[in-house]
Amino acid sequence: MNMEGNEKKIKDKFHKVTDESSPKSKLLKNCICAFIVGGIICDIGQFFNNYLIGIGVSRDDTSSWVTIIMIFIGALLTGIGVYDKIANFAGAGTVVPITGFANSIVSPAIEFKKEGYILGVGAKMFTIAGPVLVYGIGSSIIVGVIYYFVSR
Amino acid sequence: MINLGKRVGKQTIKLDSKPKIISAYSVVGPKEGEGPLSDYFDLILQDDLNGQKSYEKAESSILYNAITECLKRAKLKESDINYLLAGDLLNQISSSNFAARDLDIPFIGLYGACSTMTESLGLGALLMEGGFANYIVAATSSHFSSAERQFRFPLEYGSQRHPTAHWTVTGAGAMLLGKQGNFPYITYVTTGKVKDYGITDVNNMGASMAPAAIDTIKQHFEDTGRKPQDYNLIATGDLGKYGKDITLKLLKEYGYDIEKIYIDCGDEIYGTNQETNAGGSGCGCSAVVDCGYIYKNIMSGKFKRVLILSTGALLSTTSSLQGETIPGIAHAVSIEFGE
Amino acid sequence: MDYLMAFIVGGVICAIGQVLMDKTSLTPARIVVSFVTIGVILGAFNIYGAIVKIGGAGATVPITGFGYSLAKATIKEVNSGGLLGAFTGGIKGTAGGIGAAILFGYIMAVIFNPKTKG
Repeated sequence: MNMEGNEKKIKDKFHKVTDESSPKSKLLKNCICAFIVGGIICDIGQFFNNYLIGIGVSRDDTSSWVTIIMIFIGALLTGIGVYDKIANFAGAGTVVPITGFANSIVSPAIEFKKEGYILGVGAKMFTIAGPVLVYGIGSSIIVGVIYYFVSR
Repeated sequence: MINLGKRVGKQTIKLDSKPKIISAYSVVGPKEGEGPLSDYFDLILQDDLNGQKSYEKAESSILYNAITECLKRAKLKESDINYLLAGDLLNQISSSNFAARDLDIPFIGLYGACSTMTESLGLGALLMEGGFANYIVAATSSHFSSAERQFRFPLEYGSQRHPTAHWTVTGAGAMLLGKQGNFPYITYVTTGKVKDYGITDVNNMGASMAPAAIDTIKQHFEDTGRKPQDYNLIATGDLGKYGKDITLKLLKEYGYDIEKIYIDCGDEIYGTNQETNAGGSGCGCSAVVDCGYIYKNIMSGKFKRVLILSTGALLSTTSSLQGETIPGIAHAVSIEFGE
Repeated sequence: MDYLMAFIVGGVICAIGQVLMDKTSLTPARIVVSFVTIGVILGAFNIYGAIVKIGGAGATVPITGFGYSLAKATIKEVNSGGLLGAFTGGIKGTAGGIGAAILFGYIMAVIFNPKTKG
């Protein structure tokens, strides 16, 4: 890209001016909102945890059931169109919990229904959540293999 | 006798036949209809699906709507029109292709991202100047939901919008160029070059397009010998609140102070209570403001000389993932009336 | 008491995510991937287990907890089934969550349509 001397000067100033013109991030407010909403979602999980243990379900099964229930809640709130509204002010408070994982699966599934159930819903369901499974499961396999050899 | 305009400077054509913008029509979605410019739009949709089955079909239908109503206003038929120049943000410019399918007009599809309005208008003016057409329609559209689907996230995805993020305008605008009549006319067309100053942040579109806007405005002044005080209004397409600020500051470095006459369509189209962060964007943004607010105010005499520049960010859905920076482009068209 | 600890621990993990979202150029998707991987690693070293004891659901509901479940189940399966357990353990242990995500994702897509924003 050819540039005259004048333009080069402007280009160097550009990044400085861009930084000056950028809005200040509302980090503290965002963190507080994330903290509160994240905490509430975890408390909902805690409620189901205590209830299931209370009616005699085993520890391991309870853990699986709570995951399933929280995913259902995230999926339902996404379906009725409420999850994205909460996410707008909660930020990481809705992205980090497992309900966010459900949201990242349900939202493309709903969106791409227009392209059909197989190539739309079926194919696009994991466009956002796919990496979570790849890296999560992948790293657990590596951990397992290392553990096997280390503990022999 | 054909009037052939002449090339002035590096990137500008001076038009001698002065093609007239004999009609303009703008269609917007509900959100835009609640904004500060709502009185200037010709049609405000109640339902942003426009009765269609998908957002892509909806976008195509509002583009079709804008074009046909624009012709009706000028009391012309599709068979009178020699060229349709149109484009949009979607892959393969599908909105425009499918709108053109239903129109009986020779069609040239264009991709300039959000710069399509002045790109098509400028190109149309050059075709008129060359004597190759009696009537040309320049049109473009964008739709919030179809753009989100393609470029960003599904609608129900829970993400937090960045302070510098833009809101894609749901809207379509069409302008009809003709040879005669007492209408605003085009005097100069300055075609922009692609400018990339290294912005990688896809959430900061305003900053990525500002260099192109600055370059085209500066070049327009240099080529034509005009100064900021020669215009009543300079309107960029969708630099938004922050891109506008950058543009103002850096143009001053080139020696041009446009502060008193400068607006940005993306900054104007939404109110501060509409939670649109940096402002509006999309091909439809500059299109509806140019066809609505600006055209009507030129016709009424409020503005006598206007320079409109639509600005586009030329990234693709994969270029950013591959680590590419975001290039921008801006095309300028000078419109005058009543002199 | 466990509600308070769950609130705090869960809130802190989310707040860390928020800082990464606002202060770095990491997208939410990359942050979630990092968190799940960190959960696997901390789970493998038995560090996350301690956080779970303190925070209960505040540690298991965030996506880091999903990583922890993966690691815990893998190790358990390796202990009982040898090397094969490395491959089968993780998915086995989180099968409930993955199955639920697929089923509910599909059902919601059948029932609901996306709503326009704003």
